[in-house]
Amino acid sequence: MTEAVKLKLSKKDLESDQDVRWCPGCGDYAILATVQRTLAQLAIKRENTVFISGIGCSSRFPYYMNTYGFHTIHGRAPAIASGLKITRPELDVWVITGDGDGLSIGGNHMIHALRRNMDLKILLFNNQIYGLTKGQYSPTSAVGTRAPSTPTGSIDHPLNPIALALGAGATFIARAADTDAKLMGTILQEAYKHKGAVFIELLQNCPVFNDGVWEGVKDDPAGKQVALVEGKPLVFAGGAKGIHVGRGLVPAVVDVGDGPGQTPLSEIVVHSERGSALYANLLAQLVGPEFPTPMGILYRQDKPTYGELAAQQIEDATAKQGAGDLNKLMYSGMVWEVGADGTRH
Amino acid sequence: MDTKHLDRVVIRFVGDSGDGMQLTGTEFAKAAAEAGNDISTFPDFPAEIRAPAGSLFGVSGFQLHFSSSEIHTPGDAPDVLVAMNPAGLKTNLKDLVEHGTLIVNTGAFVEANLKKASYATNPLEDGSLDKYKVHAVDINQLTMSALDGSDLSNKEKGRAKNFFALGLVFWMYGRETESEVRRIYQQFAKKPEFGEANVKVFKAGYHYGETAEVFQTVYKVPAHVFKPGMYRNITGNEAIALGLVVGAELAGKKLFYSGYPITPASSILHSLAKYKNFGTMTFQAEDEIAAMGAALGAAYGGSIAVTASSGPGIALKGEAMGLGIMTELPVVILNIQRGGPSTGLPTKTEQSDLLQSLYGRNGEAPMPVLAAKSPGDTFYCAIEAVKIATRYMVPVMLLSDGYLANGSEPWPLPNLATLPRFDVVHRTDPDGYFVYERDPRTLARAWVVPGTPGLEHRIGGIEKDALTGNISYAPDNHEKQTHVRAEKIARIAQEIGELDLSGGEAGEVLLLGWGGTFGALRQAQQQLAQQGKLVSHAHLRWLSPLEPGLAKIIKNFRRVIVAELNMGQLRQVIRATYLVDAIGLNKIQGQPIKVREVIDAAMAQLDAKPTEPTAPAVSQPQASA
Repeated sequence: MTEAVKLKLSKKDLESDQDVRWCPGCGDYAILATVQRTLAQLAIKRENTVFISGIGCSSRFPYYMNTYGFHTIHGRAPAIASGLKITRPELDVWVITGDGDGLSIGGNHMIHALRRNMDLKILLFNNQIYGLTKGQYSPTSAVGTRAPSTPTGSIDHPLNPIALALGAGATFIARAADTDAKLMGTILQEAYKHKGAVFIELLQNCPVFNDGVWEGVKDDPAGKQVALVEGKPLVFAGGAKGIHVGRGLVPAVVDVGDGPGQTPLSEIVVHSERGSALYANLLAQLVGPEFPTPMGILYRQDKPTYGELAAQQIEDATAKQGAGDLNKLMYSGMVWEVGADGTRH
Repeated sequence: MDTKHLDRVVIRFVGDSGDGMQLTGTEFAKAAAEAGNDISTFPDFPAEIRAPAGSLFGVSGFQLHFSSSEIHTPGDAPDVLVAMNPAGLKTNLKDLVEHGTLIVNTGAFVEANLKKASYATNPLEDGSLDKYKVHAVDINQLTMSALDGSDLSNKEKGRAKNFFALGLVFWMYGRETESEVRRIYQQFAKKPEFGEANVKVFKAGYHYGETAEVFQTVYKVPAHVFKPGMYRNITGNEAIALGLVVGAELAGKKLFYSGYPITPASSILHSLAKYKNFGTMTFQAEDEIAAMGAALGAAYGGSIAVTASSGPGIALKGEAMGLGIMTELPVVILNIQRGGPSTGLPTKTEQSDLLQSLYGRNGEAPMPVLAAKSPGDTFYCAIEAVKIATRYMVPVMLLSDGYLANGSEPWPLPNLATLPRFDVVHRTDPDGYFVYERDPRTLARAWVVPGTPGLEHRIGGIEKDALTGNISYAPDNHEKQTHVRAEKIARIAQEIGELDLSGGEAGEVLLLGWGGTFGALRQAQQQLAQQGKLVSHAHLRWLSPLEPGLAKIIKNFRRVIVAELNMGQLRQVIRATYLVDAIGLNKIQGQPIKVREVIDAAMAQLDAKPTEPTAPAVSQPQASA
């Protein structure tokens, strides 16, 4: 991570000279603006910042950032970003991906980058659809999604990105909606500070192929989202409702209060980003419409990154064996000398 | 007891894949090298780690050619066959030279094993081995006796039997035992009781040769007169790993190597993982695509980035290679070829990935391709690949194969100080920078790495403007960029030295080859030339671009024979490029080509009457009788 050099940076400084080519009304615009604004606030060094993406609408993102950028191939951004980050640890490497890119064709790279705790900041734009290929259902689409490839409705079950990230071993997991600039900004600030694999699910609207797919979450923030605040109970609907975990660890939405049929606030689950893995998994399983969607930072853990450990091994080997001597290396193994008479000595 | 002097010997050890034949062969090769012989080895083993004991498909072999004169191949046919079991005898006897020497472990010739090897009668008793010099030795029993009183279990004792065979051949060829004993103790330092047992059995084998009266002759293969200098016994995969480390050093950069386990490339990763104190970083990726992707990421960051695989893995890397070509990033891709298609013959050699290497990507995606000709040559090829990749800003494919990867030879160690440096310079000047502004000589774009202030830019797989690097779908621009990408590869020809040619620049037959067939082709040419035949041998190091020296001579021969371990892949390229009616010498058996096969092919052409160009069957007026 770069040192917080107090450079005056504006959002404009982070905009490249390229025309943004997303469809009008695309949720990507809002995300781009928030990322640019937040990085300006963080006064990042543009030259030490790299955006790496795969393929899909969201993956055009690097072209619009006035930083270093690499628009790669479908699904492979985490692998390419890993190679860069572990060889150039001083760079801040952001990965931009989508639900198709990051969870379908690139699912394997995603889980392994997270498992290794690669020091990457992965932003997954989830719009539950393939946009760039004109609207096929994606691995996060709800069952029954009607799309050109599923005219009678999709039949496969959607994947839960947060649960996947947890299972794979991400050490910073968060969720925000594309239009919630404030929350996203806060999350990005915290993610920037985190050392390790960051996974942020951004609920993103595709106005052309899947318009309003997140409206069930976004149209009523108070009623359908539960804001995750460190040390505060999981309450929503203005504090009237909360999450209670009953016997058998079954979560339920309850009315909060001291009256009959109500659950006292003291019995509502209290949010802790560094809580148990079990708690984080519980949050991951709070899925609408039964539950409000948890928004904010779900999980955080301090753990050595792959890059740190790899650098440490090189350092240890050098300390133990001394800096590599090429001549010695060449002359190791079974070596002999042939003298002027052509025979062995 | 006689002592007989021989110029050279080919010996093959065969047994179960758990019998330790690779170790026996390797140790005997070391002894030959130590005694000053020129050597060439050919390990040949099944893909199964421990195939069922006694089975025909589980036979593992190791062939060693040692000589007092210069040799290039592990030998066409063994003079001596050491068979540890019936299956080994069954599958290898056909290769033994006429009247060859056969050492058989009779202890393994029991009914169950004979049956597994599909022997109806015991070949030791039915007279079928009469034409060979057979030495029947109950190695099983003699091993057990040697370890009488040892605390090891019978099973553990039995495992030492390969050292009995080793001791026996040490005696046969008058090898010095001291350093071998030292090596055994070293090898089993962590399990000294096994080291002790193996040494005991090794010595028992040696003394058995001395005292048993079955062997009438001790053979002596005098030392080869080498050019003075330092030598090292080395396999292709060891040498290629060293070449990468040295190549990175000559470029003044750190080495990054990513790979996914695959036979026969994995041992390169194993070697490099031990070189951490050179700053080398290795990364075992989750799959082949990720290995290629991570290499691209490291190259983007300014490392000497390398990935390796074999055919199936190279297929998976194809799309990412295309990204490297499009974004013009220097990556070295090693393809240690094996038999294909699909899983094919994982542990056997083949040269059937040439066309895959040249063309196996979507779109017009040319890439430089070079191939190593011997185990030691992989070292120089690796350095050259690093140099070309960084100088031309392009992914480079280096071809080796299972035969080179696992085979070993005495290798004259280079003086590192004499190897020319090619230090990489990254552009840092932001003034007037354009992503695809090119060096006028190499057409390379500048290698600008993240972290450089003022040079922030974006690259990617979408077609880009030929200067600015901004996304461009303009028809003329795409055509221009396609031509530039091809021209860049063509210009690498200016880096290619003299054609490796043995024989005259004109003649009757040109033997043309590439890669691991070098030894057999060169030896065949030399033998034919000694007989006064007008045969030359040209061996290509560069397959893309083709070597400029070839164009100058290829039309000077009546016949061009392209010899390769595939169906004629280089031949296709040669015919298409030079409009020469080249014919093929092709072998697809997972085995290296033999000198004899090359000589026969050349002789067939030399004996054939010179032919006029054949007239087309139709459209020519027929003269009526």
